[in-house]
Amino acid sequence: MVAAPLVVGVAFAYLLLLFAVASFGDRRAAQGRSVIGNPWVYALSMAVYCSAWTYFGSVGRAASGGVWFLPIYLGPMLAMILAWMLLRKMIRIARAYRITSIADFIASRYGKSQALAGLVTLITVVGLVPYIALQLKGIAAAYALMTQPAGAAAAVAPGRAPWWSDTTLYMALALAGFTIVFGARHLDSAERHEGMVAAIAFESLVKLLAFLAVGAFVVWGLFDGLGDLFARAQSVPELARLLTLGQGKAFAYEQWFALTMLSALSVVFLPRQFQVMVVENVDERHLKRAAWAFPLYLLLINLFVLPIALAGLLHFGADANAEGFVLTLPLAAGQHALALLAFVGGLSAATGMVIVEAIAVSTMVCNDLVMPLLLRTRRFQATAGSDLTGFLLAIRRAAIVAILLLGYLYYRLAGEAYALVGIGLISFAAVAQFAPAMLGGMYWKGGTRAGALAGLGAGFAVWLYTLLLPSFAKSGWLGRDFMAHGALGLELLRPESLLGLKGLDYLTHSLFWSLLANAGLYAAVSLWRAPSARETSQALLFVDVFRRTAAVAGPVFWRGRAHVADLLPLLGRFLGLSRAQALFDDYARRQGVAHRDALQPDAQLVQFVETQLAGAIGSASARVMVASVVEEESLGLDDVMRILDEASQLRAYSHQLEQVTAELKQANEQLKSLDRLKDDFMSSVTHELRTPLTSIRALAELMRDDPEMPAGQRQEFIGIVVAETERLSRLVNQVLDMAKIESGHAEWHNSDIDLRALLAQAVHTTEAMFRERGARVTLQLPDALPTLRADADRLTQVLLNLLSNAAKFVPQGSGRVELRLDCDARGATVSVQDNGAGVPPEQRALIFEKFRQGGDALNRPQGTGLGLPISRQIVEHFGGRMGLRDDTEQGACFFFTLPWRPKDDGDKR
Amino acid sequence: MLERLRSQRLLALFCAGLALFNFPLLALWDREFTVFGLPLFPAALFALWALLIAALALILEGRDD
Repeated sequence: MVAAPLVVGVAFAYLLLLFAVASFGDRRAAQGRSVIGNPWVYALSMAVYCSAWTYFGSVGRAASGGVWFLPIYLGPMLAMILAWMLLRKMIRIARAYRITSIADFIASRYGKSQALAGLVTLITVVGLVPYIALQLKGIAAAYALMTQPAGAAAAVAPGRAPWWSDTTLYMALALAGFTIVFGARHLDSAERHEGMVAAIAFESLVKLLAFLAVGAFVVWGLFDGLGDLFARAQSVPELARLLTLGQGKAFAYEQWFALTMLSALSVVFLPRQFQVMVVENVDERHLKRAAWAFPLYLLLINLFVLPIALAGLLHFGADANAEGFVLTLPLAAGQHALALLAFVGGLSAATGMVIVEAIAVSTMVCNDLVMPLLLRTRRFQATAGSDLTGFLLAIRRAAIVAILLLGYLYYRLAGEAYALVGIGLISFAAVAQFAPAMLGGMYWKGGTRAGALAGLGAGFAVWLYTLLLPSFAKSGWLGRDFMAHGALGLELLRPESLLGLKGLDYLTHSLFWSLLANAGLYAAVSLWRAPSARETSQALLFVDVFRRTAAVAGPVFWRGRAHVADLLPLLGRFLGLSRAQALFDDYARRQGVAHRDALQPDAQLVQFVETQLAGAIGSASARVMVASVVEEESLGLDDVMRILDEASQLRAYSHQLEQVTAELKQANEQLKSLDRLKDDFMSSVTHELRTPLTSIRALAELMRDDPEMPAGQRQEFIGIVVAETERLSRLVNQVLDMAKIESGHAEWHNSDIDLRALLAQAVHTTEAMFRERGARVTLQLPDALPTLRADADRLTQVLLNLLSNAAKFVPQGSGRVELRLDCDARGATVSVQDNGAGVPPEQRALIFEKFRQGGDALNRPQGTGLGLPISRQIVEHFGGRMGLRDDTEQGACFFFTLPWRPKDDGDKR
Repeated sequence: MLERLRSQRLLALFCAGLALFNFPLLALWDREFTVFGLPLFPAALFALWALLIAALALILEGRDD
């Protein structure tokens, strides 16, 4: 055992640490450097799912049922597979309409119904008080185990100590204090609590590490690894039985399935899960990582459950209190520090759950139960001051204290009656009742308020009758008569075999009947009557939430007259005047209006106010409050459809606008790049023009300044000047030519040509040039060839360009050039092969660009750098292709193809 | 990855998980058999679980292209 003051001291020191973490989180949030804005913290905060029930109860369940502790975690695994679709939609909806609780979600979806909000809150409170009691029981039991002398009776007796000396009560009050400080210190219109989330994530880390530490100690400290532990368990028949599926009996698949489904629903619909996963979500993209990290967390925390259970059973025997093995195993081994760590882990599991659940439930109680009732009374309307923020906070704080005290009361009364697991499942079954209304509301537009009320009411009633009341009877609070003979003595109404249904365990039985009644009535009553205008408008907003784009606001289903002078004070009453003014200013800025007084009190502003108000007091109350200060016309179904139509038209227009903008942007980019090309071209041309001009001018100046220049030299200079002017005019001609071809203004005189004759003529023309270089030209022609329709002069220009290029690059005296003509079914290919130096690979792509000549600067031959680009343009005009073969071993081989039938035949211009 | 494709993959994985963790596929693992000293049935459950997590991570963290 560990001294009681030490345990208490550690517990309160841990709570203080939690305070520190939470206030650190709040401070960082105030500085704008959020600590919770990352997917790992988000995933850890989801692990608030693992309460004391997981921490202590799983081992207990494993000790009696083997793998039966697992469905409670396999369900969440399956649910999280769909999180990216389901939860993301919930987050999107909650963010768009400032929904802060599950009650608000359901109420808002079915036309902002106060009755529905109240019913959901009622179910939550009734269903969850036992669950909170369970956490307190977990803490109390853990405390008792820690402080009891070893070997004492393991049973915990909460009722024995008088209430004022019960540490659990003070623990509950401390938790209430913590929850108030970090959950209800000020009114946030989005119900976000960064510090609280930081503390919860920290708690998740603590409980995981503590449980893993105990598990590792048990497996490797007390035993010789997992193999040893399992081998020893296998040798005991009762324990070997735990490791099989059916444990000797037929496996209860339906119960397995029911538990999986139940926990899959709970992980989404438990108020605390909704709070951390939806309300406290910072960025919906965090779901991507959290959706798999959270199941991984569950896997890790369950890894050692079975080993610890088996080790406990081996160590203490089959009659021991298995729910305490996490503590008693280290204690029995004398590891007091580890036992304290395990205790802190259990404490963190319990406190985390209690804190978040209390915040979530208090929000519901305040917004959906107390406020609607208060707003109904005229006295309250008359006497309430102009600023109700303090009043709202007081309600929340009172609700938190009340919930924890209720939990404590339940624990004192029923604490001994049930094992942890039993209580937890009853609460799970209660929140599972939200599933039809929630899921139906998110994906089916036909659900109505009456349907949701009928379904929830029936489901809750069946749950109450088949699960809660029998649990009371088993605790001895109720006579067991109705269990055996049914209410009113009717056998058919026996709560654990309703209508005589047998063969299901009590949980599966209750779940089946309650969800059947729930979903059945929800669908049937919804289909009974067409949804009203308000139900339809809310259905559209919820089901199609992903169709709303950031650019275009969704449809606003409101019509009437309002005044800024009424709306602003209304918001101020519940949020504080300065905050309301800031919100209005912000809204005005977004609307492009200078001041809040200049705002147009249109439907959008009314909706804005209502949404902001919904964050503070719930959508149903917000509806009532807004309706009380504006004059509104009631909308018919036709109006709703018309507004929707207009909104979707607006969206279509904006979509078109976006498309046109994108097209314009693209065209602009194209223009810009063309402009750049033109600039490049201009600078290249002027550069090319300047070189000959400079030499002409230099020579001319020389001759002018030196009248005594010898005649021979003068003659030589004049020769150069003539040659340079020729080059200039050639260049100018080519630029003009190029421009004409590119702009499509070139003249083409097409005729039927015989390529063989054309090639022979070209070789003849360049004969002198090749002779001068000492090169030999050979001509390879096919025997016969169809005629080709093209411009003979232009083709000759191409041929001459290629041949003169070859002549320039072949070695002096030993040059060899082969002009070759091949043809196939598609067209003719002309190639010019030389035995020069060839074109280096890095220049191959460049030489067809304007002003890019081959060769390096030193041995670059005379030329304009426009020959090849023009040739290529000409060939492409005839539908052909020009290029440089890259498979030649020596020299360069230019080729061009010409199709027999150009794409657009006939004379062009 | 197209959002539609991702949704379909998730749905398929959900169906696979539902099938793997229920009758009759679950019964396949109920044998007197040990893997590395671990009883087959619990070990298989955890292995399947880990597999589902890995597949889920792969689908969700895949590049958005």
